[in-house]
Amino acid sequence: MAVAENEMFQRRFDKVNSIIEKHGGRVSNLIAILQEIQAEYRYLPEEVLTYVATALGIPPATVYGVATFYAQFSLKPKGKYIIKVCDGTACHVRGSEKLRYVVREKLGLDDSKDTTDDLKFTLETVSCIGACGLAPVVTVNDREVYGQLTPEALSIILDQLVAKEKSGDGSRRADADADADADADADADVATDSTRAAGTDVPGEGC
Amino acid sequence: MPHVTVDGQKVEINGEKNILEVVRKAGIELPTFCYHSELSVYGACRMCAVEVDGMGLVAACSTPPADGMVIRTNTERTQRLRRMVVELLLADHHRDCTTCEKNGMCKLQSLAYQLGVRKVRFGEREEMLPIDDSNPSVVRDPNKCILCGDCVRVCSEIQGIGVLDFAGRGSRTCVSPAFGRKLSEVECVYCGQCVAVCPTGALTGKPEGEAVWSALHDPTKTVVAQVAPAVRVALGEVFGGKPGEIETGKIVAALRKLGFAKVFDTVFGADLTAVEECHEFLGRLKKGEDLPLFTSCCPGWVKFMEQYYPDMLPNLSTCRSPQQMFGSVIKRFYSKELGVRPEDIFVVSIMPCTAKKFEAKRPEFVSDGGVRDVDAVLSTNEVGLLLKQAGIVFDELEGEGFDQPFGLATGGGVIFGVTGGVAEAVLRTAAASLGVDSGRIDFYEVRGFEGTREATVRLGDAEVRVAVVHGLANARALVEAVRRKEVCYNLVEVMACPGGCVGGGGQPYPNDIPARKSRGKGLYRSDKTMQLRSPSENLAVTRLYEKYLGKPGSEVAHEALHTSYGPRRRISGDMRINGATPGALDISVCVGTGCYLRGSYDVIDVFTRLAESDEFIGRVNLKATFCLEHCDRGVSIKVGDKIVTGVTPENAERVFMEEVVPRLPRETCAACRA
Repeated sequence: MAVAENEMFQRRFDKVNSIIEKHGGRVSNLIAILQEIQAEYRYLPEEVLTYVATALGIPPATVYGVATFYAQFSLKPKGKYIIKVCDGTACHVRGSEKLRYVVREKLGLDDSKDTTDDLKFTLETVSCIGACGLAPVVTVNDREVYGQLTPEALSIILDQLVAKEKSGDGSRRADADADADADADADADVATDSTRAAGTDVPGEGC
Repeated sequence: MPHVTVDGQKVEINGEKNILEVVRKAGIELPTFCYHSELSVYGACRMCAVEVDGMGLVAACSTPPADGMVIRTNTERTQRLRRMVVELLLADHHRDCTTCEKNGMCKLQSLAYQLGVRKVRFGEREEMLPIDDSNPSVVRDPNKCILCGDCVRVCSEIQGIGVLDFAGRGSRTCVSPAFGRKLSEVECVYCGQCVAVCPTGALTGKPEGEAVWSALHDPTKTVVAQVAPAVRVALGEVFGGKPGEIETGKIVAALRKLGFAKVFDTVFGADLTAVEECHEFLGRLKKGEDLPLFTSCCPGWVKFMEQYYPDMLPNLSTCRSPQQMFGSVIKRFYSKELGVRPEDIFVVSIMPCTAKKFEAKRPEFVSDGGVRDVDAVLSTNEVGLLLKQAGIVFDELEGEGFDQPFGLATGGGVIFGVTGGVAEAVLRTAAASLGVDSGRIDFYEVRGFEGTREATVRLGDAEVRVAVVHGLANARALVEAVRRKEVCYNLVEVMACPGGCVGGGGQPYPNDIPARKSRGKGLYRSDKTMQLRSPSENLAVTRLYEKYLGKPGSEVAHEALHTSYGPRRRISGDMRINGATPGALDISVCVGTGCYLRGSYDVIDVFTRLAESDEFIGRVNLKATFCLEHCDRGVSIKVGDKIVTGVTPENAERVFMEEVVPRLPRETCAACRA
């Protein structure tokens, strides 16, 4: 947890500022600002929201209200891999329930928890992703779409992701993946940061 | 003239903005939860629904009247709708009515009764959220909230703060401070205007009645009461009276019956405040320093200044409020006359206000021995309750007079309870002490209910520019205008609550604008009948100066009657920027509004660059923090435990070398750094 959290905070603070500046510090752009911040942090940290409120000159409660209204925003840290299990009507009747069960069991997530302690995986249920012909559907990071899934197939996909993470090599790639939308500079930053975090914070090493 | 038909009766439309007001003219009061004439129209509760021919059911509050409209307010459909709304609200409401603080004063309760809702078909609220009683003034119970949004709108529209807002969505919607924090952790000034508008028990004043009973039952305590001016024109309402009826005599009699050893008048404290503040004002006026002088009687306003305008704190009068001056006089001086130790005197102040509860607990008003100047603060509502508990029949009481010596009061002190009163009292005192125009008592220019009023008053040779403002949103606009140098005043009176103290958060319900106006009128009536009207004529005040304080503004007076202020953070929280190495030096850079505007972001840039350089990496943990409470002195940083102020982007590198480098942990493990 410590490593993952540290890595998260290592994200560049100036990014928040450039996002706010890009939108001219206008309150009418609050949702766009929050979207971009979430893309950067993978969630909306309280302190960053307070900072946004300060910069826009509005009460923090208002920013909090907006951030909690929309399902797209999360105030809790999310995992590196966001696994969305579709539970629209078509997916539901074709067994999405079982898929969710597999994810929960494989990743050790009980009903009260949607993100793994190591912040690698988050399970989300969505109501329809518009691919009903492929039901039941699961997506990973909105990029990879798996259709007509069986619990067995999903289990193999999860195993592969976990293995990729364990090898260590996956860590950097996933980060780069997650930030593919961001510019190349930011990618480089993230990569350096995560390397550095691993260097300074691995327990039992050094002092 | 355009007109509508309301239940068969023709009613003219005369500039009314909505059907609700037109219907009211026809003598019909539509039930509402979310409608307040002074707030924006929200249209959420649907209680005011009426049937309009050709339109069907519409919300009267948010539908403008049109010529020829045929409106029916009492049809089967409207009745069924209203009942259903109440029933559904009750289904999600924690219905512990008999033990609720708002029992008997709750709008939800009374409308449920009135509309004939005798059964709730939908079960009970299942999930119970925690109650927030973290602060001295306001208790928030989200389980009783009906989401009418009155508190949200009064806080942002009238007070300009926005502590509360809607959070979440759908069935999980709730009204909450930012991040679900407690009120004590956010920017709430405890004015209690949310309490004044809340139709249920979701927002109530924090009760202190039990502490007062314990003191009254404790034979070792001498329990002393002081009664604020705004209470005397409102307490009667608790017992069925009309707002504005002056009940001073009955209140004194009732408090004696409860067992108070002495019943004094806070108006004495107000007179003392007027004299001290007038001295301070004339001094500043002469020197031309720190003007305009802002009054400091209102604790909500004081906290607001500390949070939002810390750089303007030198303009805030250092005079304590009447409540605190009084407490100080009793514990410091009167205790000697009584021959009772200050810790054995229990001072109870009876106030129209919730913020006074917070004020009494401020550390500035606790003496070295841990003795508080004011031990408990009861709101008007709470005193009403205490009297009911004791079975005192208020209406049958014979009026009595206050105890001496602090029962002596002037009209100037009485009007402290209404907007414009403090300014007028100071002007009366100034007129008298300048020896000019001393016959002048009434300063009608500063009276009224307009949000911001200004006047130029001639006092002999001097011309004094006065502004009076009530409601913190108005106050904020005025302070901003003063800062932009668009307006220029010498004296500014600020009251957080619309109407002044008569509209405080601890006043009886309904605490609306008409009630506040009547109470204000009551105070001006009372002022008119006083024999002494200028605070400078108060002989008890004069005697206090002769015996203990010397002169206004003396050293003793400063010690006993003045206070100091400091910047105050609005919300807690840190944002980590770089590094979380155990044992490394913690550096926080303030990103609160004041520092943000002075370029704390650029300072952070410089620090980040340094902190990430090969030399310092892993040796410092850089954080951004929300307010280090040194807002008046430029960008502040905290290095370890030390606060360094006045950092600029230009000197940031030097500050880093001078303040940070010497404090770095000496031995940094080579392995970690590698």
